[in-house]
Amino acid sequence: MTTKTILLAATLLAGVALPAAAFAQDFNPDATIRIGSLYEPQNLDNTAGAGQGINEAFNGNVYEALFQLTDAGSVEPKLVESYEASEDGLTYTFTLKAGVTFHSGEPLTAADVKYSIERVTAEQSKSSRKRSLSTITGIETPDDRTLVITLSARSISLPYNLSYVWVVNDAATDITAAEDGTGPYSLAEWRRGSALALERFDGYWGEPASNGEVIYTYFTDATALNNALLTNAVDIITSVQSPDSLAQFSGNPAFTVTEGASTTKELLAYNDRVAPFDNVQVRKALARATDKARLLNSIWGDYGTLIGSFVPPTDPWYVDLTGVDAYDVDSAKALLAEAGYADGFEFTLDTPDYDPHPIVAQFLQAEYAKIGVTVNINVITANEWYTKIYQERNFEATLQEHVNHRDIVFYGNPDFYWGYNNPEVVKLIADAEAAGSEAEQVEKLTQANRIIADDAAGNWLYLYPQIVVSAANVTGYPVNGLNSQFFAYDIEKAE
Amino acid sequence: MALPFRPGYSVPDKARIPPILAYTIRRTLILIASLFIAAVVLFVLLRLLPGDPANALLGVGATEQQIAAARAQVGSDQPLYVQFAAFIGNLARLDLGTSFVSRASVLTEIGNRMAVTLPLTLFGFVLAVLLALPLGILAAVRSDKWYGTAISVVSQLGIAIPVFWVGILLVTLFAINLRWLPSGGFPLRGWRNFGEAATGMILPSLTIGLVMGASLLRYVRAATLDVLGSDYLRTARALGASFPEALVRHGLRNGSVPVISILGIELASTFLGAVVIERVFSLPGLGSMLLLAIQQRDYPNVQGVLFVSTLLVLIIGFAADIAQRFIDPRLRGRVSAAA
Repeated sequence: MTTKTILLAATLLAGVALPAAAFAQDFNPDATIRIGSLYEPQNLDNTAGAGQGINEAFNGNVYEALFQLTDAGSVEPKLVESYEASEDGLTYTFTLKAGVTFHSGEPLTAADVKYSIERVTAEQSKSSRKRSLSTITGIETPDDRTLVITLSARSISLPYNLSYVWVVNDAATDITAAEDGTGPYSLAEWRRGSALALERFDGYWGEPASNGEVIYTYFTDATALNNALLTNAVDIITSVQSPDSLAQFSGNPAFTVTEGASTTKELLAYNDRVAPFDNVQVRKALARATDKARLLNSIWGDYGTLIGSFVPPTDPWYVDLTGVDAYDVDSAKALLAEAGYADGFEFTLDTPDYDPHPIVAQFLQAEYAKIGVTVNINVITANEWYTKIYQERNFEATLQEHVNHRDIVFYGNPDFYWGYNNPEVVKLIADAEAAGSEAEQVEKLTQANRIIADDAAGNWLYLYPQIVVSAANVTGYPVNGLNSQFFAYDIEKAE
Repeated sequence: MALPFRPGYSVPDKARIPPILAYTIRRTLILIASLFIAAVVLFVLLRLLPGDPANALLGVGATEQQIAAARAQVGSDQPLYVQFAAFIGNLARLDLGTSFVSRASVLTEIGNRMAVTLPLTLFGFVLAVLLALPLGILAAVRSDKWYGTAISVVSQLGIAIPVFWVGILLVTLFAINLRWLPSGGFPLRGWRNFGEAATGMILPSLTIGLVMGASLLRYVRAATLDVLGSDYLRTARALGASFPEALVRHGLRNGSVPVISILGIELASTFLGAVVIERVFSLPGLGSMLLLAIQQRDYPNVQGVLFVSTLLVLIIGFAADIAQRFIDPRLRGRVSAAA
């Protein structure tokens, strides 16, 4: 665990991909980088339900945004030269970078940015960011390089939220199957079900990519993906999903295994609206009855991270809360008795049918039996989960992996599926969004973070590891993969 | 080569429709009826699954309006009979619709995937036949020799081993240890990159060929044993034909009748078995399209793939039946046999 923690810390502090520093060798500037992934995009438009695969392939590579969420978790200007907010925080004026062109050769204008934002907020948009941009009331383009956004309420996260908005040429058509972005690569070819190739864009406004071509090859089977790396058919696996397969790579000098920080949280979510989960003591008792370290170890071995709340270490409002409701079976029993459940109780755990949820459910069933709580496991498909739990809120408790970055804000919405409703948290999260400075935002959200942990709003079991495995001659790739991004432009391949 | 008699075939009755044509017409009607029933079953089964297909389009964070819009887009807000009428109407026009998830035309996508699945099925099938015919006949003719028995035993083993396991073994041996062949995948540029596409097909085809060949071999062996014990073979031999001559001239034709109906079934199951093989080898074929579509509750894709697969399997059965009638005149008047 120690080397891993150091690695994690170093990655976070340096804010650069670690392997780049560890390897100094001449690289081929025109190399083809072959990336193996399990996440094939369903189409090429991130507002049309394309899935996480499109972020992996296109974010920062093909499309850029006004701001970029870096691999270390900070938000930095990308297509924006400078920006300023008005005194009341309701008007933002952005000046765009000069000399940026789309892959089609058209120059970037403020009208393109306006069009791009409206694409995300449009009625038919399926973007998960739509709600966070709902405070935008107007977008003006006084000239080609100036964009003025007016808001109905202060929104400190506006730059962050805009980092998810691809800037698309407003003249582009059919971007579900083609593209016209400003990134360092353009789309060369896409074979549905199999692979997607990007080639270096010669007219790129910034630093050109360190390689000539990137091919994403998509696999449906993790074993087949591992075999592809073993047989040199791909150079990198973006995200290893099973610890068993790591044995064949770790300790082999031909490969590099890197663990970064993911934002994917395994969560036991209670329906806080219904008894007994409306009782804080019951929730705290279950948290204390869960040996999370043993759970994580049984699933991921030495990988992964324990968390004490919904906030991963890459969010600015992270504090180590693993000490709150730490594992303690005796105090769990005492709390249950205090809450009036000395003889325990019984509940149904709706369990999605894919890994790791069924194993986690069985683990919890055994753990909670020790404090007299009976868990009935009800296995459901992802689709049923969506209907039964997310839409109808017809459940007692469920398991789910939550992948998003900075998603503590869900606890500020009492209508969210888990029904957690603490007016203090709702206010803190709303105030944080209306904050005048980032420091204030961080302070409020840190406070909210501590409260949800104290309330045991959910049972945050662990943070998935983000493991990248590559051939040893390939360096410079992102290790955290926040928001499923995989920036390919700094990848170097020695030949 | 000349035999002292000419084998007697039945003379077609000129006054009536030739029985083979009558049979073909009847068999075609059955084919169409089967297709319709398959379409109904497909529609009903898919709607029995819990969960709304509109969910395929949504993620955590979707609003009520987004959910409603998605339902309208996929048509799951319509009553079932409206959905069914639209479904049958579209099928009749060979319009398989567009995918809920990718928004691509289902028919075009199936066409692209066929470029992987059809060659895979055909190569695997040809390999199976090349393996099963000579070895099956050998195992029957030389059933008293040690190698005849050995072939028979090994083929039993081939039937017992699951197809994906054979695939994994071949990958471990030829791809990971020997590095002779790729472990899976299909080139980005498809068959335009012929060498890579073809080498990528070798291991998966071999997997199918070995497993299908093993069970086919059992049938060939059994059919040959039947022929060997038959009266007509003994008569041909008594009339002076050498053993190979009698076997080729009379045995092959007679023995091929049951084998052809098995071939039809085998070809169909090879095609369906490709689903598993495509997953083991990460090939972008019809099978992986189906699996993904099921996971995503992408009804148009699931329906499209299942419908086209059913169509192909029915056509293969149809062709096998017709071929049997051509070879064996005794069957021509009968329709019930394998319909």
